[in-house]
Amino acid sequence: MAVQAVDTPSPAMPREARPNLERPGVLRRYPQFTISPAILVALIAAWWLATDVAGVPAYVMPPPEQVLHALIGGLSRAPWDKAGYWYHAGITVWEALLGFAIGSALGALLGLVLSHWPLLGKSWYPYIVGFQSLPKVALAPLMVVWFGFGLEGKVFITAIITFFPVLVNMMAGYQAVEPERIELARSCNASELHLLTKIVIPSCLPFLFAGLGVASVLSILGAVVGEFVGASAGLGMLLMQYNQAMEISPMFAVILLLAVIGFLMNYAVTLIERRYCFWAQRSNATARP
Amino acid sequence: MFEAELSVAQAMPQDPMKPMRAAASLGTSADRAPALIQARGLSKTYVTGSGEVAALKSLDFEIYDGEFVSVVGQSGCGKSTLLKVLAGLLPYTAGSVELNGKPLRGPTPQAAVVFQSPVLLPWRTVLDNVLLPIEFRKWPMASYRQSAADLLAMVGLSEFAQRYPFELSGGMQQRTAIVRALVQDPRLLLMDEPFGALDAMTREQMNLELMRIWSKSGKTVIFITHSIAEAIFLSDRVIAMTARPGTIADVITINLPRPRELSVINTDRFGRYAAKLRSLLDAQGGMF
Repeated sequence: MAVQAVDTPSPAMPREARPNLERPGVLRRYPQFTISPAILVALIAAWWLATDVAGVPAYVMPPPEQVLHALIGGLSRAPWDKAGYWYHAGITVWEALLGFAIGSALGALLGLVLSHWPLLGKSWYPYIVGFQSLPKVALAPLMVVWFGFGLEGKVFITAIITFFPVLVNMMAGYQAVEPERIELARSCNASELHLLTKIVIPSCLPFLFAGLGVASVLSILGAVVGEFVGASAGLGMLLMQYNQAMEISPMFAVILLLAVIGFLMNYAVTLIERRYCFWAQRSNATARP
Repeated sequence: MFEAELSVAQAMPQDPMKPMRAAASLGTSADRAPALIQARGLSKTYVTGSGEVAALKSLDFEIYDGEFVSVVGQSGCGKSTLLKVLAGLLPYTAGSVELNGKPLRGPTPQAAVVFQSPVLLPWRTVLDNVLLPIEFRKWPMASYRQSAADLLAMVGLSEFAQRYPFELSGGMQQRTAIVRALVQDPRLLLMDEPFGALDAMTREQMNLELMRIWSKSGKTVIFITHSIAEAIFLSDRVIAMTARPGTIADVITINLPRPRELSVINTDRFGRYAAKLRSLLDAQGGMF
């Protein structure tokens, strides 16, 4: 008790309320491997209770085992089998990846150009804001008119959707470059090219990756919306087909599949970010004593 | 403002005892070697939306080779502006500055800057940060690797050459920044409150370290600070600046023998310098 009197000038905390500072429990250390799976189990249990026990009709929400059945059925087909999910998932991912690559590359490049030449940036800014506030999904029907039912229209709409978050983040990143880094370069008579490649672009990377993370998820949205308005293949087209046939279980299976694909796309960006931007999280933290 | 026009040549030494290092900076300008920096009527005016703001108003001073000169003043007295002008990062609006007898026009390899924060690039190792100025100047990298390693050894950072800045303490980061300035082998080191962000203990250590580096390298140093004690402890001469517009109130020659120990802070002579400088700054509105 003497120790307690020393370390607590405020009213003494009850022993059981004190946090254990020496060794946090396994739940605190690895919530992603303990609590997160528990939440998933709870959600599936609630789903099961709502459908099989409480009796929500299957055309509103099919029970989990039916969705699982549809998922296994779709995934057990060969990748070239148009009745299976792999084929259509491949098409959708390919559209999303192409659009993501084109849109984010253009967004990053244009963000850099518009920031580096302020006159250009300022004169284009109202149009960028205007176009950004437009719901890009509204352009999807037009894509069918311009490009037909093939790949190009989906890539185009995905590129437009992924373009803006990358552009905006790149411009924000450029604005956030520490002026002292630029002064350091100027004090060493750095060339404009060196200033850009050795200071500005690396400084922008954390912002660029934030934009790429958003864009990676949006790329699936772009591809699926593109397929909704008219396509001969892809998970979005599959969803529309099942919808018209009132086959609700496979719809849920495809939706689950899209969620997994979106998660994996975003995770891939995170992995690349950890590889090339490993310094970003830690450099802002207080230096070690 | 009668102090405004006081130049270095007019500022008489306060104490007859001449330390070895500061000996060259005494006497009149006529019997000295030419100054490394000579400023005449140096002025800097910022144009803002609400009119012109005079940051520096007709400064006259000389800095001699090998000297350690501090500039003290209140926040906003233009001392950082002065440093940026001397670094060639800001154009001055009137008067003249000569570096080594040539008019100053933009940054030169002869003057290297140490900023308030270390400004290390977090994606580069310590060694690559140190070599950054060599890359920028497109000097042959191979011939500077050894001197970079030697300089890192001098400040005790050899083991950290391949580490990243976020693995270093604040003091180690600022030592890296000093090495990065020294690797260009400049004649002049321009330091803008380099230890302002460090805690008091680390700051004292860095002051001793800087004295050691300075006496080994023989560089000329212009050191901006708002700490009167730091300025007296480090310097051969201290330039006291007034605020708005920034002018030179007086230049105090510090006749304390070198090498200096931290205990010199407790001597009467140190106290008198501090009182003198404080009264100069107090007369301008006070800083404490």
